Amino acid sequence: MTVLYVLIGFSLFVALIFLALFIWSVKSGQYEDRYTPSVRMLFDQDDTGETKIDREIQKTGEESNGT
Amino acid sequence: MLKTHAIGLNSREEATGEVACFHCGDPCPSDAIAIGEKRFCCHGCKTVYELLHEKDLCRYYSVDGTNHGVKPPDAVSRRFEFLDDPVVIDQLCDFADGRRRVVTFRVPGMYCSSCIWLLEKLNKLHAGVLSSRVDFLRKELRIVFNPDSISLRDLAVLLASIGYEPSINLESVAKRRNRFTDKKLYYKVGVAGFAFGNVMLLSFPHYLAGEGGLDPSFRKFFGYICLALSLPVLVYCASDYFKSAWTGLKQRFLNIDVPIALGIIVLFGRSAYDIVSGSGAGFLDSFTGLVFFLLIGQVFQKKSFDALTFDRDYRSFFPLSVTVRNGSSEKSIPLTRLKVGDRIIVRNHEIVPADAVVIRGEAGIDYSFVTGESDVVPQKSGDVIYAGGRQVGQAIELEVVRTTEQSHLAKLWQNDVFNSSGQSRLTRAVDSVSKYFTAAVLAVAAVSGAYWYVHDPSLAPLVVTAVLIVACPCALALSTPFTFGSALRWFGKTHVYLKNTDVVESLANVDTIVFDKTGTLTQTGSSRIHYHGDELCSREKSMIASVLYHSTHPLSRRILKELDGVERLPVSGFEEVPGKGVSGVVGGVEVKAGSASWVGFPEDKETRALPSAVYVTIGNAKNGRFSIIGKYRQGVEELVQSLRKQYRLLVLSGDHEYDRSYLEKLFGDDTKMLFRQTPENKLALVQGLKDEGRRVLMIGDGLNDAGALKAADVGISVAEDVNTFAPACDGIVDAEHFPRLDRYMTFARASYIVVMVSFGISFLYNLAGLSFAVAGMLSPLVSAILMPVSSVTIVAFALLATSIAAKRVGLVER
Repeated sequence: MTVLYVLIGFSLFVALIFLALFIWSVKSGQYEDRYTPSVRMLFDQDDTGETKIDREIQKTGEESNGT
Repeated sequence: MLKTHAIGLNSREEATGEVACFHCGDPCPSDAIAIGEKRFCCHGCKTVYELLHEKDLCRYYSVDGTNHGVKPPDAVSRRFEFLDDPVVIDQLCDFADGRRRVVTFRVPGMYCSSCIWLLEKLNKLHAGVLSSRVDFLRKELRIVFNPDSISLRDLAVLLASIGYEPSINLESVAKRRNRFTDKKLYYKVGVAGFAFGNVMLLSFPHYLAGEGGLDPSFRKFFGYICLALSLPVLVYCASDYFKSAWTGLKQRFLNIDVPIALGIIVLFGRSAYDIVSGSGAGFLDSFTGLVFFLLIGQVFQKKSFDALTFDRDYRSFFPLSVTVRNGSSEKSIPLTRLKVGDRIIVRNHEIVPADAVVIRGEAGIDYSFVTGESDVVPQKSGDVIYAGGRQVGQAIELEVVRTTEQSHLAKLWQNDVFNSSGQSRLTRAVDSVSKYFTAAVLAVAAVSGAYWYVHDPSLAPLVVTAVLIVACPCALALSTPFTFGSALRWFGKTHVYLKNTDVVESLANVDTIVFDKTGTLTQTGSSRIHYHGDELCSREKSMIASVLYHSTHPLSRRILKELDGVERLPVSGFEEVPGKGVSGVVGGVEVKAGSASWVGFPEDKETRALPSAVYVTIGNAKNGRFSIIGKYRQGVEELVQSLRKQYRLLVLSGDHEYDRSYLEKLFGDDTKMLFRQTPENKLALVQGLKDEGRRVLMIGDGLNDAGALKAADVGISVAEDVNTFAPACDGIVDAEHFPRLDRYMTFARASYIVVMVSFGISFLYNLAGLSFAVAGMLSPLVSAILMPVSSVTIVAFALLATSIAAKRVGLVER
């Protein structure tokens, strides 16, 4: 039965990962604008720069939040 | 959420044979500008199209499915001169380093998915834009740009030139909205939810172990893990309840957070004791669940209408910059740098930003924002114009005598009502209940503790803690946020936007309603003309129209519109005297129109009461007067009839008395009516009513009502377009829906009843729990079942009952 100690410890660890993911999602602003992304995802990805732009926004967003 | 452009445009096109502009969708004039097959209504639209075409962005026209863009304004370039000022740039930008700057513009013009599409492709229009991101609900556009390649001003001009002019006013630099406070609540919910889920799972072995109980080593292991998981819930997640309870106690006021904080501490303390001493499993699943549910209630309560701000003051009325004349050169400077003695230029429909003296030009000032008076007041050179007036007519030159901050208008904001935190509102029902509740719980705990101390002293502390645990008013605390939070959403769906849930409660308790007249009962921008005097034949009408045609005065234009369709005759000897009137000779007969003294009417009491009246004489034969009266909103009559039965009504107007007889008929003689009220008068009156013990709802629109709106228990402003402007208030109602106010009031009262009923239900749960506790039989299992069941029933009841009430009241169609 001692395997239970390991299993519980492991399950708590997994749960903690999800908690950390949730906190990250709040921190990165995913709950700030809950409407525009729903429209944005329907646009065609007709230019290849899209993902780069997202990263740029993300980066500058975090920096300016920190100030 | 997305509005479509020009609905039914295609059918209109087919019906009238008109060609719609390819860019904006407006019908084109017959001499439309054409590029190939495509036609444009103006050069602005054509330029935008060409720009988009050149940059290969024509998908703009097909993203939304409505095929139309936003019409660009006429002239934009010089408006943004002030954005070259380094101070302004620093104030506006969120972030800057050597290579890039981040700015957030408010762009009220965006309203469909095409707008989002184009605005996020700004980098294709100009290489200096690194990226752009739209927050549609807030109507904000966040741009990362390279300041070496494009200046802030050019960026604003670029946006304006494609039809999305950013709105930059004094408020945008004065305070930046802090939107990061909400995040804390989400973190807390996350942590509490995490702890609740795990503690609950780890508690199951205790409940399911059966007769023999759990193996002691496991029991200890589970217990300590639960304790470790609950610790952050106690110190972090529940911290606000302790703070609020402590503040309440310091002010000798037992708010609802006092029994909650007490319950939380006892729950945790008793559980920690049970676990450490090995005497039991503790109530940690109830504890974490309690905090989790309470936080969920807070999240639900925090419904906010992103695009609206409820705490605007006079600053958001003023532009950020003003044109200053220095010798012969004109320059745009930020309003904050305006000094006494500066010469400023104010153009047609611009706001006079500071108290100033007229130097040159014919000023016609519309003070409706400030005073509620709908007339345009002519001003001669040398007259003082107060900040907040809007110039109607040609450009004027003024000399500043007091800056914006010192201006007459800004003085209203120095009143104490604007400095109070707003906590002087009505006591919330839940807090007044909590006073008795806390006392009752403490009494029950003391009595049962004493009883057990006599019969079985070892059980006494257990019973006392059990009473405090089970009495923790979780369900009670959840009824208000869920009922009023849901009511807030229903209100929002029906175009009434309230600041927070407390407003719903205050609205339910109102017994006096004060109306502003201009812009609230009457419709902004529409008026009717009333003619009084000798009857005019069609030739006489043409004579008047012919003379007025030569005048640019707004009153002349308004009357001319009324006399539309009559023949125009040649006029000789036309003369216009500013501030007086016009005269001219038509067919040998002199026609005069203007103030009473100008046309030769005696100035008596009646004529002075009618400032927006134009007197006319035709030769010596005929005379009369046109008075301009604000038009009342449709449905106001029914609204007043229905509200009169239940509320005391008052009407306040900054305007003159010429509507008194109409209003008396509408409101009946028991309604008090006050005219020519200054903003200060209105504020004092509302405060007076409150001192009498009345609970006042003030309904107004402009800045002139700002003081009264703030002083009242509930201040609601009526807005033609909820996104543009409303003064500081507790709620904004769409003007179109304002006549349904009676239903909104009924609904607010209904949701108050829902709260009362759910209080009753939660008391029943508490009683049931108490009977277990007093008997010394409250096991962790009973608590773990009772707590979530009671919370869930209360939440379900609150949501269901509110939506039934909304349908019953007729807030929404069944």
